[in-house]
Amino acid sequence: MTITIKDLHKQFGKNQVLKGVDLTIDKGQIYAILGPNGSGKTTLIKSILGMVLPDKGHITVLDKPIKKQWKYRKQIDYLPQIANFPPNIKVKELIHMIKDLRNSPSAEKELIDLFGLGPFLDKKLSTLSGGTKQKVNIVLTFMFDSPLLILDEPTTGLDPMALIRLKELILKEKSNGKTILITSHIMQFVEEMADQIVYLLEGDIYFKGTIPELKKQTGQTSFEHAIATLTTSENHAENTEI
Amino acid sequence: MLKILKYSFYDLIRSRWSYVYFLFYLILGFVLLFLNNDVSKAVITLMNVIIVLIPLIGTIFGVMYYYNSREFTELLLAQPINRTSIFMGQYLGVAGSLALSLILGLGIPFLLYGLLRSDAIFDFSLLLVTGAFLTFIFVGLSFVIAISNENKIKGFGYAVLLWLFLAVVYDGLFLMSLIVFEEYPLDTFSLVATMLNPIDLSRILILLKLDISALLGYTGAIFKKFFGTDIGFLVSMAILVCWTSLPLLVLGYKAKRKDF
Repeated sequence: MTITIKDLHKQFGKNQVLKGVDLTIDKGQIYAILGPNGSGKTTLIKSILGMVLPDKGHITVLDKPIKKQWKYRKQIDYLPQIANFPPNIKVKELIHMIKDLRNSPSAEKELIDLFGLGPFLDKKLSTLSGGTKQKVNIVLTFMFDSPLLILDEPTTGLDPMALIRLKELILKEKSNGKTILITSHIMQFVEEMADQIVYLLEGDIYFKGTIPELKKQTGQTSFEHAIATLTTSENHAENTEI
Repeated sequence: MLKILKYSFYDLIRSRWSYVYFLFYLILGFVLLFLNNDVSKAVITLMNVIIVLIPLIGTIFGVMYYYNSREFTELLLAQPINRTSIFMGQYLGVAGSLALSLILGLGIPFLLYGLLRSDAIFDFSLLLVTGAFLTFIFVGLSFVIAISNENKIKGFGYAVLLWLFLAVVYDGLFLMSLIVFEEYPLDTFSLVATMLNPIDLSRILILLKLDISALLGYTGAIFKKFFGTDIGFLVSMAILVCWTSLPLLVLGYKAKRKDF
C-alpha cells in the first residue's frame, strides 16, 4: 500500500474540514479525488504532503509514518493548484533551482521539448501566460522519477494539444508502476484517466470505487450524471464544482 | 538551508531595493564625511540616522519579503526540505543582504576617506556591528509577525507599530517614568529599561564610546560606569545576541506548527 490514512481530522478555526477520513491508496493506480468546493480535497492532499498538520489521525506514506518527517517527500512529486512562482527569476533558473534543491536525477529536457517550452526558458516567470506557467509547473513535477505523483488540478489553462500530451504522460507514468492522485473538475478527463474514484463530501469519504461501480450504485449511465447524483442525493443543492 | 539562503540572497541582491538601500548609505556616508570633515562627528550623525532607520527598513523589508514569497514558500514546502531550514534560509537571506548593503554602503566611503589611519576605527566598527545586530533583530521580529498573521495588512500594521513602539514610544514612556519617579533612586531601573530595548541599548553603547558621553551628566556617569567597562560591554553584546535569537526561536516554533 502506498498511502494509508486513518481517522484523519482537521479543523480550521470553527470549520471542521476533515472528519475522520480513512483511505488506502494502492500502488500503480490512478486515483481521482473528487468532491464539491470545500469538501476537503486540497486539505487531504496537503495533509499527505505534510503542509497541513492534522489534529488527529495517522498517515503513512510507503509504509512509514510521516509525522514530523520531511525526507519522505523525496518520494512524492506534487503539482500545486495555483502556480505562483517568484516573479524575478527565469524559467531556466527555476528549473535549475528545484533540481538543485531536490538533488535527484531529472529528465527536464524531453519535457521541455514535449510542451514546447524552449522559447520561454530565458523569459521571466512574471511575463508568462497562465497556461505556459502551468506547463512549467508540469515540467517541474514530472521531471523527477518518484513513485508517487500528486496532481492538483493539472488541466488548468492547458490548450488541447498540451492536454493530450499531459494525458499521455500520466498514462506513461502509470505504466511505469507509479501511483497517481489527481483532483480535477473536468469529468471527461477523470473518466478517461482514473481507475478509482474517491468522492469526498463534507469532510468524509462518501464513495470509493471504480467508475462502473459508481454507475451501478447510482443507477446512472453516464459518469457525469452519476457524480451529480452522488452530490444531490445528500440534498447538496449548493453549487457543485463538478 | 544553505541552498535556500543562497537563492533568497541572490534574489534579493538582484532586486532594485537592495541597490537603493546600498546607494542610500553610500551617499549618506560620502555627504557626511565631506560636510563634517571629521570621522568622529560623522559617526555620531550616522548613529542618529541608522539607529532609527535600520529597524524601520528591517521590519518593512522582512514583512514584505515574507508575504511576497508566500506562494514560493508553499512550493518549497512540498519539496523534501525541512521546514525550519526554509524559514531560516529566507531569514538569513533577507537579513544578510540588508546587513551587507549597510556594511558596504558605509564602509566604502569611510575607507576611502582614510578610516584606517584614523583613531575612530573602533567607534566605526562598533557602529557597523550594532547596525548589523539591529538588522538581524528586526528582520527576525518582522518574520515572526508575518508568520503569525495571514492577513497582509494586519502584518504590516503590527510591524510598523512594533517599530514605532521601540523607536519612539518606548523612549517617551521611559522619560515619563523617570520624571514621575524622580524622587526614587532610578539607576538600576534606567539601566534595565535601556537593556530591554535593542534600539536604546545600541544607542547608549555607541554614545558611550564617543567623547560626547561627558555631556550626559550624572546618569551618563552611571551608564559609563556600567557600559564603559569590559563587563558592561560584554553584557550588552550578550543581550543583543539574546534579542537576535529570541525571534528565531519563536519563528522556528511557529513554523513547525503552521498549516499552509
